Amino acid sequence: MTWQGILQIFVLLAVVTVVGFFLSKYMYNALEGGRTFMDRVLVPCERGVYRICGIDPTVEMRWTRYVFALLMVNVVGFVILMILLALQPVLTIFNPAHMPQVPFWVNLNTSISFMTNTNWQNYGGETTLSYLSQMWLTVQQFLSPVTGICLLLAVVRGFSRHNANTIGNFWRDFIRTLLWVAIPLAIVGAVVLIALGSPQNLHAYTVVHTLQGHKQVIAQGPVASMTSIMQLGDNGGGFFNMNAAQPFAGPNAASIVFQLILGFSVPVACIFLFGKMVKNTRQARPIYWSMVILFVIGALVLYHFEAVGNPALAAHHIHLAASHNLEGKETRFGTGTTSLFENSTTTISWGSVIASNDSLTPIGGLVPLFNMMTGEVIFGSWGAGMIGMIAYAVLALFLAGLMVGRTPEYLGKKIESFEVKMAVLSMVVPSLVILVLSALSVALPAGKSGIFNPGPHGLSEVLYAFSSGVGNNGSAFGGLSSATPWYSATVGLAMLLGRFPMYIPLVAMGASLAKKQRIPESAGTFPTHGPLFTVLLTGTVVVVGALIFFPALALGPFAEQFAAHAGKLFGG
Amino acid sequence: MNQPEPTTPVETTVTALPPDGDQHGAPGHGAGRRRTMSMWDKDLVRHSLGQSLRKLDPRALTHNPVMFVVEVGSLFATADAFRYLASDKMGLFSFTGQIAIWLWLTVLFANFAEAMAEGRGQAHADELRRTRTETEARKLTPQGIQVVPATALQVGDVVVVAAGEVIPGDGEVIEGIASVDESAITGESAPVIRESGGDRSAVTGGTTVLSDEIQVKITAGRGESFLDRMITLIEAGVRQKTPNEIALALLLAGLTLIFLVVVVTVAPFSTYSHAVVSVTVLIALLVALIPTTIGGLLSAIGISGMNRLLERNVLALSGRAVEAAGDVNVIMLDKTGTLTMGSRQASAFVPAPGVDERQLAEAAQLSSLADETPEGRSIVVLAKERYGIRAPDLDGGAVEFVPFSAQTRMSGVDLDGRQIRKGAADSIARWAEVEIDPQTKSTVEEISRAGSTPLLVAENRRILGAVELKDVVKPGIKERLASLRAAGIKTVMITGDNPITANAIAQEVGVDDFLAEATPERKMDYVKSIRAEGYMVGMVGDGTNDAPALANADVAVAMNTGTMAAREAGNMIDLDSNPTKLIEIVEVGKQILITRGALTTFSVVNDVAKYFAIIPAMFVVAYPGLEALNIMHLTSPETAILSAIIFNALIIPALIPLALRGVRYRATTAVAILRKNLLIYGLGGLVVPFAGIKLIDMAVTALHLVSTAH
Repeated sequence: MTWQGILQIFVLLAVVTVVGFFLSKYMYNALEGGRTFMDRVLVPCERGVYRICGIDPTVEMRWTRYVFALLMVNVVGFVILMILLALQPVLTIFNPAHMPQVPFWVNLNTSISFMTNTNWQNYGGETTLSYLSQMWLTVQQFLSPVTGICLLLAVVRGFSRHNANTIGNFWRDFIRTLLWVAIPLAIVGAVVLIALGSPQNLHAYTVVHTLQGHKQVIAQGPVASMTSIMQLGDNGGGFFNMNAAQPFAGPNAASIVFQLILGFSVPVACIFLFGKMVKNTRQARPIYWSMVILFVIGALVLYHFEAVGNPALAAHHIHLAASHNLEGKETRFGTGTTSLFENSTTTISWGSVIASNDSLTPIGGLVPLFNMMTGEVIFGSWGAGMIGMIAYAVLALFLAGLMVGRTPEYLGKKIESFEVKMAVLSMVVPSLVILVLSALSVALPAGKSGIFNPGPHGLSEVLYAFSSGVGNNGSAFGGLSSATPWYSATVGLAMLLGRFPMYIPLVAMGASLAKKQRIPESAGTFPTHGPLFTVLLTGTVVVVGALIFFPALALGPFAEQFAAHAGKLFGG
Repeated sequence: MNQPEPTTPVETTVTALPPDGDQHGAPGHGAGRRRTMSMWDKDLVRHSLGQSLRKLDPRALTHNPVMFVVEVGSLFATADAFRYLASDKMGLFSFTGQIAIWLWLTVLFANFAEAMAEGRGQAHADELRRTRTETEARKLTPQGIQVVPATALQVGDVVVVAAGEVIPGDGEVIEGIASVDESAITGESAPVIRESGGDRSAVTGGTTVLSDEIQVKITAGRGESFLDRMITLIEAGVRQKTPNEIALALLLAGLTLIFLVVVVTVAPFSTYSHAVVSVTVLIALLVALIPTTIGGLLSAIGISGMNRLLERNVLALSGRAVEAAGDVNVIMLDKTGTLTMGSRQASAFVPAPGVDERQLAEAAQLSSLADETPEGRSIVVLAKERYGIRAPDLDGGAVEFVPFSAQTRMSGVDLDGRQIRKGAADSIARWAEVEIDPQTKSTVEEISRAGSTPLLVAENRRILGAVELKDVVKPGIKERLASLRAAGIKTVMITGDNPITANAIAQEVGVDDFLAEATPERKMDYVKSIRAEGYMVGMVGDGTNDAPALANADVAVAMNTGTMAAREAGNMIDLDSNPTKLIEIVEVGKQILITRGALTTFSVVNDVAKYFAIIPAMFVVAYPGLEALNIMHLTSPETAILSAIIFNALIIPALIPLALRGVRYRATTAVAILRKNLLIYGLGGLVVPFAGIKLIDMAVTALHLVSTAH
């Protein structure tokens, strides 16, 4: 580990905190009825959209109606994508490479993937999709994160409102997030990425003859725009199969750093937005610090194990000048930046990668795995990470909050059986899905046949795939032939279950809280803004995650790491 | 603040038996009217042991999913053990059998905890039931007095009860006045006065008239009397789950479900990893992970909370109310009798111009010598304390005391030609036939304004000055209110005084707010308005005029001496009729919640250590490297698993006293309480099992209970 490598973790956090803080002010004004400098341009657009769609943005919705509208938007996007992928050979426009029909299971998986903000790439982008398909994927990369913000608004209004039956108007939230936040930021992002060297065109792939006399196809297209929203929206559905490691998507270190900042900006802003919405910015602090603590621990552990390298080498008395584990890494970025990037990609639910996670050391690989297993709550994707953390806060308060001698309350709202039921449901579903589907995959021939590496590493690969699906992350560990019908279907199911069944109960919880009266704060109130709560919240995330996944992790990364110390490897 | 001074001993106090009652062969039934029960009362333990076996019936366990899962697990483990026995694998039989035994013990310990708590409640109910003897009633009919069995009485009947007779049912005194022994219900042996009209007209069936004769109109039919309801409630309270308990039970059920999935999926993961894991080991892992500690003690905590209130002679009509007591953040207290002594005490002598203060004090003392009221005695005492004036021996002289009368509104003494009088300002002025001088007049006004009562003293038609009679604040009440404030609870004083007076007293006592010139409507409106702001209100009341406000409060404590209307409106009844009891009730409510939270946290973080014991043990054969996770250095896989299960079982009985007694509560800020409890039960819960499992493992190894082969 180098001091530069450690320092950049903190520099990144400092930069994204500043960016997120200012962005949160803008988002609060845009979404909760303030004024922004963009109003002059965007208000007419907004009115136009309302008029065309026949929307009355002032109608307040109950949570059921809100969720119904939200699901409709997602289903429509899903259906359109499925049709486009199925009819690729027929729809000849924007298909200069004449891409054929996408197989059904891959199509289904991809369509779910891009609806749920997972953007798991079951397909090879430049070898499977037409430009038209890629464009709709880009549209989906807008719709799914915006959906996440709507979920967040719905949940947080449960705390900010009282004695209320409604949680806002979905259409208004959706359109304002799209117009004020997603589109302008994506445009800025795309322009910067073009400036940093990514191509943006609609040309056919270029065929060149290399100096060695080989023929090489250079894929290109609207790369910058797609990369911009892929990183901004914490999607990760890249233009290229190699994702950000492809030189056009990640031309240089500056571009990679910019993409990191882009990815963190909205998730960090969501934390402060929460504080502003509940009219108590101090309440955002423990959540911010818990996320920062978990992020830093993960980044340092990952970096440490990658820097130390493979223990099996030492066990076999092989001593290298630089012991760094460079396998599967882009040499342009090295161990430090790669470790930071891979930790980031699984905290902000990005899924974008610049290395092959399969080649990380066992414990190094455990970090991204655990980040996803805890529910992608360390910053997380747009809105969703924040809601997940709120659910953890509710659970932490319910577990320990009774210890102050009052019915647990959060932000002046009593946490009673309905809230507990919903929070538990949103926690049970994802862990259950990861464990059950992984167990089936290692038990059934259909699942086992897709595992390249036997032993603990294979188990890690399977766990990673389902954790990535449920966490709506989309990054792949690799080493698993996930395009088989079994994995396409089960990972698709995992993505679906990890999105709606996880977050809709929390919207219901928010609605139930909105109906309640606010309890005035007093010296007897459990303080949820101080360091004590930060410790409690961080502890809850770690302990709950560890308790649920420890047996599986013991048989996966831990077994592999300890075996490597003894010089034993599990080759494929 | 310290633990509230209990009005009864901290140990369980069971209400007394009637003198002729069945003595229920309990040891330790002393000479007094009360029987105290220690935590480990022999009878209770024996009864609970029997109950814990009976509670093994799976139908009885369905209300507790955690323990239900443990029982099913025990069955499987037992079957597994017998399978090994049948196939003559003695080593595996021994290990599996021992695991099965400890799993059964886990269920039994949990049942025992519940039975202990229920038994204590049941003991209260039994004692009460025995007081319901088959009394005869003298019913007043148009034909004269008819003797009928008490059970035949109907609502509206009028009965005559004379000294020595038991009141046959709940009712209202419609004629007469009598002293009544209510110890059968309250355990308090001092008789109380019951009279027709006013706020002291309610009588309770089963209590005994000590003097005089009263006519009682029966207000509750058979099986609906106060005593009946109390018995039913104590028994039913045992089974009622409170909202908070339901929410917690849901969380525990959720955790159980998750761990069930965790353990079920471990099986294919181990098969994939070529690790051989027996069913019993999987069950052991499951039982170690699911929150058995809190699951086993949860109902005991709730029940014992109700019992603790009963020990303080408070009957809660629902568990919900007890829990709400913990949430109360505004309590409304009557000024007179709760915050102040209710009797006025002389606090100052203010002489008129030209009069020596000592002269005034001496005259005041003389005039009060025959005055046996607390006010009169306090004047004598104050004069003695301030000026060392000893009351003269008046036996010899020509002394004539003038007693207080409603007409003259003054009292005094005629002594050796000195005529001394004290009384209300205008009465004294009239008697003295003088105008009160302006300075004294303003003194009088000032005293009234401060909430005190001024008395004027005159000698031989000359006004000597004023005596201030102050309503004295109860000792310790200021500190108590201050600690309530620290705990975030607002106190509101209710008084009939005018706002100026009320303000003066409020400041002296240290309440946060006051409600002056309180009328039934104003009290009710006040309760409603602060509830609308989101506060939870606790209130004590006794009179009919308190009933509307009580009915609107979240925690409404009615005095047992109060009217029927007040009792109907309340959701708790204080059998001692002690108005400061509300503070104790709030503390008991908080204690229940704290105990639940503490044991839940403890139970969940315990899992960490259990994982470190069991997981390496399960997989070390397949992956020898995992021995590194055996950070406790437990002897062998078998000792590790057995030790974890033994710890898991033993922690339940170890915590029964805590569950029954409750975690100590001190009224202080939430931050301070949380910090302390997180340290003890959170961090403690993380560390204790590591030490516990290691110690048990050493014992298991030393005794060679299972294979110690690595």
